[in-house]
Amino acid sequence: MKAVTIPVLVGIAKLFSGATLRWVGSQPDTCQRVYFANHTSHLDALILWASLPRQIRALTRPVAAKDYWVRGPIRRYISEVFNALLIDRDKIRVHNSPIDMMIKEIGDQYSLIVFPEGSRNTESEMRDFKSGIYYLSKKRPDLELVPVYLNNMNRIMPKGEFLPVPLMSCITIGQPMWLEAGESKNDFLKRARNEIIKLRDY
Amino acid sequence: MFGLLDKNTAILLLSNLAVLASLFGIGRYLKKRSSVDIDAETVRSFSRNMMAWMVVCVVLALALMVDTVVITVIFFWFVSFWAQREFVTLTPTKPSDHRTLFFLILVFPIAQYILVGMGAYDLYSIVIPVYGTLFIGARIAFANDPDEFLERTAKLQFGLLICVYALSHAPALLTLDMLMTWDSSDGQWVQWMGAKAGLLLYLVVIVQISDMTHFIADRTVGRHVIAPKVNEFKSWEGLMTAIVVSAIVGLLIQMFLPVTPFQLHGAAVMAIIISVMASSGSMTMCAIKKDRGIARHGGLVQSRGVLDRIASLCFAAPIYFHVTRFFLQVGGIEDIEKANERLEAVFQISWQTGFWN
Repeated sequence: MKAVTIPVLVGIAKLFSGATLRWVGSQPDTCQRVYFANHTSHLDALILWASLPRQIRALTRPVAAKDYWVRGPIRRYISEVFNALLIDRDKIRVHNSPIDMMIKEIGDQYSLIVFPEGSRNTESEMRDFKSGIYYLSKKRPDLELVPVYLNNMNRIMPKGEFLPVPLMSCITIGQPMWLEAGESKNDFLKRARNEIIKLRDY
Repeated sequence: MFGLLDKNTAILLLSNLAVLASLFGIGRYLKKRSSVDIDAETVRSFSRNMMAWMVVCVVLALALMVDTVVITVIFFWFVSFWAQREFVTLTPTKPSDHRTLFFLILVFPIAQYILVGMGAYDLYSIVIPVYGTLFIGARIAFANDPDEFLERTAKLQFGLLICVYALSHAPALLTLDMLMTWDSSDGQWVQWMGAKAGLLLYLVVIVQISDMTHFIADRTVGRHVIAPKVNEFKSWEGLMTAIVVSAIVGLLIQMFLPVTPFQLHGAAVMAIIISVMASSGSMTMCAIKKDRGIARHGGLVQSRGVLDRIASLCFAAPIYFHVTRFFLQVGGIEDIEKANERLEAVFQISWQTGFWN
């Protein structure tokens, strides 16, 4: 069943987003990576995932909010198809940390798509990053952190709308970065955010 | 013979493809030969144009080989869709325009092309310019955001009008029924029996010739630039060359491969009209791009988009369609004669009553 729905879903996502994928700072690779991107639309994860080359897509899991993606059978099905890693935003506790769950789920094989702004952004400027990717790279320093800039997604489906409008969009993938030795949390998050901002001008 | 094509139109299509392919070949040859006198970017852009026209011609040929207008109409709808999404992508809209955009991109174009496929001229000629215009204004007002209201309405409306309404007149040529042609041996008007695709192909070929000659002439003999702020290449010499060459090619096509119901001088006049409109179209597109501050579209729309290439076709299609329909459709000529009679009557009455004195 999934053999049919994945190409169909990917096709629809590509048609609706008219997305161009540009690798400006790195090459497509199946090594373990964390793609982190700006977040302006519900479609972000789906479109970015669908635009990745097939082999990479099979090994990449978007991290998404559980409260949104389990509502209704269609969303639940879509999140299953693109193998989303659903995070319960309400029940984040020390013993139930999403970071540990992510690390457990990706093993030594999968890559992740994360949106460090936390929730979708309606302003034109990006919000400050949540600390998730800092703790993630502290526990798994071998993961490549790859910045991704998503352009125009918010016009395809802005916050609060339910019908997408098929415009064009552009996905720019930048240079991998790692947590530097002794780098503070704030410096690291600021640097990661700047990496995405830099991609805007490409 | 093959769907909507007959012998003449098939030959025209094939020879057009052959010309494009050989020009593409010349472009490739020039690119390899490192000469100082020809700008590499110019050659590349020329080759890309040839490639794009070839793709259009092949797809159009395939669509016309099916014995129904539906496939061709769907093909043009798709081109419209692509062009319009490019247009809207390049035009800033606000989040409150989202639902208006949904109608503009998914509802109006589909309705328009269905009506075109049905040949419902009475409807498809007014749905977008009248109902569409009223709808856009009202829908944006209902979205409760009066900021830059007129700018936003104008942008959306212009995109819809050019990318969808204007372009839809190209496949509409296939639905023109009861065209007349002048039979010179009998000396009277008779019904035209040629393949409908001929009208469409004539338009496409002339637009393409006009664009091509304009491009080459601008860069070889161009001296007097028309509007340097809009485009630094387009020159009066280029425009004149394009018009003259189009007229000659149009004349030759009609002489040796009659694919349209026009008389020889009619074919030349049509070619001139098409060429003037095509040049206006690409000029307008340059102005839009300059206004948006994009020489090339940058990241969002890679390289040159669909919109750039079809702007000339968009401008030429409706005028060509209307002139054809007005002069050649049965009833058209009678209407003109009737109108003449009426005018004469009015003139006589006003003369007799001393209105002119």
